[in-house]
Amino acid sequence: MNEDVVRVLAPQVLGILVRRGNDFAAAEDAVQDALLEAHRTWGDAPPDDPKGWLVTVAGRKLIDARRSAAARRRREDVLALEPEPGPAEQVDDTLLLLFLCCHPALTPASAIALTLRAVGGLTTREIAEAFLVPEATMAQRISRAKRTVSGRPLAQPGDVAVVLRVLYLIFNEGYSGRVDLCAEAIRLTRQLQLACDEPEVAGLLALMLLHDARRAARTDEHGTFIPLGQQDRTRWNQGEIAEGVRILQTALARERRGEYQIQAAIAALHDDARAAEETDWPQILAWYDELLALTDNPLAALSRAVTVGEVDGPLAGLSAVDDLAARLGDHHRVDAVRAYLHERAGHLDLAAEHYTRAAAQARSTPERDYLTKQAARLRRR
Amino acid sequence: MPKYLLLKHYTGGPERHPNSASPMSEWTEDEITAHVAFLRQVADMLRERGEFVDAQALRPERTYVQYGGPDAAPVTTDGPFPETKELAAGWYMVDVESEARAIEIAAYVSSGPGKGGLPLYEWIEVRPVMTDIPATTE
Repeated sequence: MNEDVVRVLAPQVLGILVRRGNDFAAAEDAVQDALLEAHRTWGDAPPDDPKGWLVTVAGRKLIDARRSAAARRRREDVLALEPEPGPAEQVDDTLLLLFLCCHPALTPASAIALTLRAVGGLTTREIAEAFLVPEATMAQRISRAKRTVSGRPLAQPGDVAVVLRVLYLIFNEGYSGRVDLCAEAIRLTRQLQLACDEPEVAGLLALMLLHDARRAARTDEHGTFIPLGQQDRTRWNQGEIAEGVRILQTALARERRGEYQIQAAIAALHDDARAAEETDWPQILAWYDELLALTDNPLAALSRAVTVGEVDGPLAGLSAVDDLAARLGDHHRVDAVRAYLHERAGHLDLAAEHYTRAAAQARSTPERDYLTKQAARLRRR
Repeated sequence: MPKYLLLKHYTGGPERHPNSASPMSEWTEDEITAHVAFLRQVADMLRERGEFVDAQALRPERTYVQYGGPDAAPVTTDGPFPETKELAAGWYMVDVESEARAIEIAAYVSSGPGKGGLPLYEWIEVRPVMTDIPATTE
């Protein structure tokens, strides 16, 4: 039995069952049961129409489950509620499932887990390994999420922005675990793009591709973070960059900009420079201004300050950080930015001091190691 | 989702609340049973909510070990250490939505029953675990 085929089909089958009016949690259980039966009976010879087979078997499992529930409660009338078979359009079903799995009633962590399971087709164990929690914990998280969305009507189409946020969070979980969540996020966003003609969906897909392209160059062989300016650009994935740029250009041409398209545009300008010195900083600064006019994201404001440092010199950058300081509070990346700008301004002692402070606040070990080494480099001179 | 280590201590930490002044060795059997049952119930609650990663209890003895140098046995020292030194008694590792949720859980752990069945008000140390680097750092 081909696992890839099954992973593509499972969410489609689930979408069809949910569209026919079945309860989400019950339908998901039925699909899992049908997959088990497929494992048992298909062997190396899957049926000609594997999707049809799975829909039929899962539908039967649903009826079985309803019958035994009815028998338990001695209420035969439940059978009368068997929903009519409905149309089975794969594309819209994926969208419907994504809206359900990213329902606003769910916490981000629950939405992520449910999306990976019900739309991504990952097993509970794979999701647990990706997030480094026990399988039982992940099973519980998914089952609570299913209960939360079960029976919630989806009369109106969901909010695409909520789905995009969940997919973006999945992408940012990274690729260090046994399951490559960046690749998963890209796969899911591609599916969403087929189902939903929104420039921001394309923007997010482009953003993911343009960042994923730099993956091989982002850490050294010891796992230490390498910042953009020092990466070996020959290791960037040109195929992903070309695809990301193409998707982005089509999206931008529609003149309905959003934060993902703008962030993708910034990533594209970085990816476009063959050497760090060739980066088109004034253009990047213009995009940051547009981004900040749209969202009040402190991290974007900090990145803008770095860009000001590139365009107008490190002192201008430092003063841009000072202007932000009150708003950013003790954001853990402020010291790292100050350290970088101080070094460029030739204030090496101050730079070392800020790198040390930044290392103490780092949230991840690759960043901490990088910042500690910067401080050490400046102290050794 | 961020992970947090919630540490319980035998000794050390900020000044103790009167309810957690007496060590467990001075509690009655019922008081100990109630406390242990509470700790299990916390773990069950975390499992049920999909937030549980790990829980362990540590024995109080400790040995400091140091490399002894080439061709030498390890250097060890097992106290006694001054009472003020922090001595961890055990932990919960949780995988939660936010720091606020980690603090909420820690406060609940701190409310567990102690002597006389009263809430212990013990200090729980909350430590964020390093994450992986986000995939979109520019």
